[in-house]
Amino acid sequence: MFYAYIQHHKTNENVSNIVIIGNGISGISAARWVRKLSDHTITVISSETDHFFSRTALMYIYMGHMRYEDTKPYEDWFWKKNRINLVNDHVDAIGFDSKQLTLRSGKTISYDKLVLALGSKSNMFGWPGQDLDAVGGLYSFQDLEKMEKHSQGLKRAVICGGGLIGIEMAEMFHSRHIPVTMLVREQSYWDNVLPLEESQMISQHILDSDIDLRLGVNLGEIKDDGNGKAKSVIVKETGEEIPCGYVGLTAGVSPNVGWLKESGLNIGRGIQVNSHLETNMPDVYAIGDCAEQTDVKPGRRGVEAIWYTGRMMGETVAYNIVGKPVAYDPGLWFNSAKFIDIEYQVYGEVPGKLPEHLKTIYWQHPDGDKSIRINYHVDDYTVKGFNLFGIRYRHEVCKKWILDNTHIEEVLQNLGLANFDPEFYEEFESNIINVYNQTESKNISLKTKRGLSKVLSFLK
Amino acid sequence: MKVIQYIGIGMFIIALLIFTAILGIGHHELAPNDINIDNQYHKEAIIEAGQDAGLFDSKIGGVAFISKVKSVIKAAQKNLETKAETSLPDGVSEWDYRIGDGWIGSYTNSMVSGTARGPVQNKPWLFFLLTFGLASLGGLLFIIPKFSEHPGIKHNGIYHHSLTRGLKWNMKMVFLIPTIIGVILFGFLKDGNALWPIITVVLALLISYFVFYRQDSKENNPQRDSSPINTGWLGVIAGIYFIGFYILLYWAPAYITNWIDMVSPISKLLSGNAASQWFLYGLMYCFIVVVMGVRMLTKYQHNKYQRIRTLSVMFFQTGIAFLLPEILVRLNQPYYDFKNIWPLNYSFFFKYNIDNLMSSGGLGIFMLVWGIILIVIGVPVITYFFGKRWYCSWVCGCGGLAETLGDPFRQLSDKSLRAWKYERFIIHGVLVFAVVMTGFVLVHYFTGKSHLLGLSSDSMKAWYGFLIGAGFSGVVGTGFYPLMGNRVWCRFGCPLAAYLGLVQKFKSRFRITTNGGQCISCGNCSTYCEMGIDVRSYAQKGQDIVRSSCVGCGVCSAVCPRGVLRLENASGDIATRTVPERAIHITEDQVTLLT
Ligand SMILES: Cc1cc2nc3c(=O)[nH]c(=O)nc-3n(C[C@H](O)[C@H](O)[C@H](O)COP(=O)(O)OP(=O)(O)OC[C@H]3O[C@@H](n4cnc5c(N)ncnc54)[C@H](O)[C@@H]3O)c2cc1C
Ligand code: SF4
Ligand code: SF4
Repeated sequence: MFYAYIQHHKTNENVSNIVIIGNGISGISAARWVRKLSDHTITVISSETDHFFSRTALMYIYMGHMRYEDTKPYEDWFWKKNRINLVNDHVDAIGFDSKQLTLRSGKTISYDKLVLALGSKSNMFGWPGQDLDAVGGLYSFQDLEKMEKHSQGLKRAVICGGGLIGIEMAEMFHSRHIPVTMLVREQSYWDNVLPLEESQMISQHILDSDIDLRLGVNLGEIKDDGNGKAKSVIVKETGEEIPCGYVGLTAGVSPNVGWLKESGLNIGRGIQVNSHLETNMPDVYAIGDCAEQTDVKPGRRGVEAIWYTGRMMGETVAYNIVGKPVAYDPGLWFNSAKFIDIEYQVYGEVPGKLPEHLKTIYWQHPDGDKSIRINYHVDDYTVKGFNLFGIRYRHEVCKKWILDNTHIEEVLQNLGLANFDPEFYEEFESNIINVYNQTESKNISLKTKRGLSKVLSFLK
Repeated sequence: MKVIQYIGIGMFIIALLIFTAILGIGHHELAPNDINIDNQYHKEAIIEAGQDAGLFDSKIGGVAFISKVKSVIKAAQKNLETKAETSLPDGVSEWDYRIGDGWIGSYTNSMVSGTARGPVQNKPWLFFLLTFGLASLGGLLFIIPKFSEHPGIKHNGIYHHSLTRGLKWNMKMVFLIPTIIGVILFGFLKDGNALWPIITVVLALLISYFVFYRQDSKENNPQRDSSPINTGWLGVIAGIYFIGFYILLYWAPAYITNWIDMVSPISKLLSGNAASQWFLYGLMYCFIVVVMGVRMLTKYQHNKYQRIRTLSVMFFQTGIAFLLPEILVRLNQPYYDFKNIWPLNYSFFFKYNIDNLMSSGGLGIFMLVWGIILIVIGVPVITYFFGKRWYCSWVCGCGGLAETLGDPFRQLSDKSLRAWKYERFIIHGVLVFAVVMTGFVLVHYFTGKSHLLGLSSDSMKAWYGFLIGAGFSGVVGTGFYPLMGNRVWCRFGCPLAAYLGLVQKFKSRFRITTNGGQCISCGNCSTYCEMGIDVRSYAQKGQDIVRSSCVGCGVCSAVCPRGVLRLENASGDIATRTVPERAIHITEDQVTLLT
């Protein structure tokens, strides 16, 4: 079952001093769960902002949907009430033998147990001009401030790199009526992750939103205006020069571990951890974007820089810290995003290129803003994955079907159980069933429509 | 497209300027015969004083006329007072003879209404077109081109815009404190009774102590701020305009005679009577709900729940709340709004209403029974099945205005825990007040006892109407949209919402479910919850949401970029799925390991 109750037995052993570097979702989840489970002293250090905010909501601050204040998931009194000490400072060095941290302010902090939740940083591939003014990624609050600073009177922005952050940055500028050009290496938007049909649908949606999307091109160089500020971008393939006042570099992120390379920690792509999230140093754990699993579960990657895994690792590490060993298990893969106006959800196995052991059915709305894809096993027809665009499906239901190895036809007949769209929304389950009937020459039909009561009994 | 929209805004602004300016044009002409006052002594005294003051000889401009009328009434009051001491006519009680302070307002209104002369009275339709017509047309020209935009969330720039980004804390206080003090003082001066103002102030201070002082100063707990970095000045202007409008409407309708006269022909078409300020208000309400309702339809092209809900409030406002009662009057039936439920409709059990319905034949009795059935059966049963949303965001007029005119301001509701504490004290306090007041009124009605425990039911009734009915639901409820969001009244004040909320909290199938682990804690849901519910705090824990205040507007679900929230009706597992300690991120076998 997906949900479970936790019984809170606070551990009564000696109180130790837990220090967490990083106040993102992983560090804060760790702190919250350590507090729920124990009375240890908790200190969270970060040099980005005083309080935890939702990094995923950075775009909404820029677009004027929210204030920074609104992106903080907890009110400021929360920390004191839960005895979580917050320190706004930068950790310059870690003494793993002395168990001591050196901060930029000159202070030192010692720890009994240390959690590294350092997050990521934007990739920079050594492009000429990448260090100029008015060039930046989108990761930190400071990146946002930089974008804001250069937005006044901005005539055009060029964004290099597709992916989720690139499209968010494009939407941000677009929301302020600033023309945007996107240079994307792939032949179709994010086609290394999305199956072709979905990728093309999103490419079209981007173009329809008046964003100048250029596919199959790379950034050549960024030109200096003579005062150390970017003035234009040269496209590598064509040599075309695109004048612009801001260059966004969004070619992915990588673990923020550069400063620890020589520290003795085992570092591959990220800080290497075992299934209990322990590093090679005693009493030091790593979680979130900066961690790299050495014991990678099938179908997963060593570094998974997403919100949900950070949250799960934070929770898991807390159990390990309070002496209740739990192995990290991210469970079934799920993720979600939004491409301008089209929401995206994925559950289970839906790779960009269909592997041999999977079959797929796909339905797309003629308006080009909704689609459903379901993958199942070629041999035993058990369902393996769901990809949804512009339609919401229930996490719990999809997960249960996949984990229970449910037959595709049973899933299709009850597909209404999965539908999570608001009331009165048109239901498209029959459409995808028709696709199945055509491809498999079957004649099944929808038996269960949307509705919570049926879902609850199904989940029991 | 852009050009049309600018023209639309231009038309709207011109209409608003004309609307405001016509209050200052024209003059009044009053002849002694026009004075419509039943009390003969009062009437004679007023005519006499009027002749002395030259009230009947000249054409006098609006504001000057009203103050002259007031001074004439006061002079007559004085004269009668002196006469009462020397030459009180036989068999007349002194109280009938003298003009009590309570009469001044209504005599002023009756002497002012119908006496205005000028362009508005000569050409009411022209002015109606130049104000209502032009404003609606301008609004629609601005709104309709939005149908061609991509369907999707339309919140770009809300916190950059001067109208919608809200007011800073200090600026809010500049509105809040004078409004509260002003309302209480005004009521006190009007009726000279200090009891209710003192009770109100003491309660307000107590609540503030418990919520504000203890939380903020004693425990030094910083609360989530609901202000922008800089005050939006258009918001301030809009707030002043709204508040000013309500003050005139409720307490000084004599000053808006021109507006009332302007819509009188429409009232005559509908009910056959001349318009009152309430007709004006109802008509404006309909225009606003319809025009801003169309705006909601453009904003939520992709969201069928929002569109149907908006059509529903548009229908209930124009059809059931406005047109039907007018038509009933035309048919010589009682004025009755079939969807207005006690205790929101606080005068439902007042003597005049009960008597009026009882004496109006079968239909009147049906209305009385219908109203009671709604209270005792309708509310609990429908709320059990669908939650309080069936009323608050599908039917109710206050809700209708909040969801249309108020939609641009929904993000301004305060999401702090502190605000929630205030809310619970205040809204349940109002419910208690409404119930007690109605109890007194009913005891009075059935037993004839006008006083209970030393409190007079009439004064309680009057103060409820003044403080809650006018001050809270009107001046603060709508006037404060640009300050505190569009549901100030529904969230903090409405006794019916409190009642519906109790049912929703303790016995309803309605809840908002969260979609497993998909929440990214972005905060859109909380920001756009007009009731100030911190939706995210539930969603990020995977917890189903059952909150008494949720009006089921569905906007949290609409704005969530990850498809996390769904409004649903089903009673299964409601107790277990709403607990906060659900481990959604670790599988069960691992958790059982621990215990
Ligand atoms: C624009 C954007 C949108 C995103 N959208 C999504 C999404 O929709 N869904 C999704 O699943 N994921 C999304 N992500 C990814 C997700 O936000 C990250 O995976 C997640 O925030 C990582 O959390 P974390 O706690 O591991 O690290 P972080 O949130 O990066 O926190 C690390 C913190 O540690 C601080 N720090 C690092 N080193 C030091 C030091 N030496 N001293 C002091 N402080 C230090 C950093 O300043 C930072 O504040 C998005 C990311 C971005 C940038
Ligand atoms: S919780 Fe959601 S549905 Fe309820 S009032 Fe708030 S925004 Fe509306
Ligand atoms: S809007 Fe959706 S994703 Fe954002 S905090 Fe609310 S529920 Fe979570």
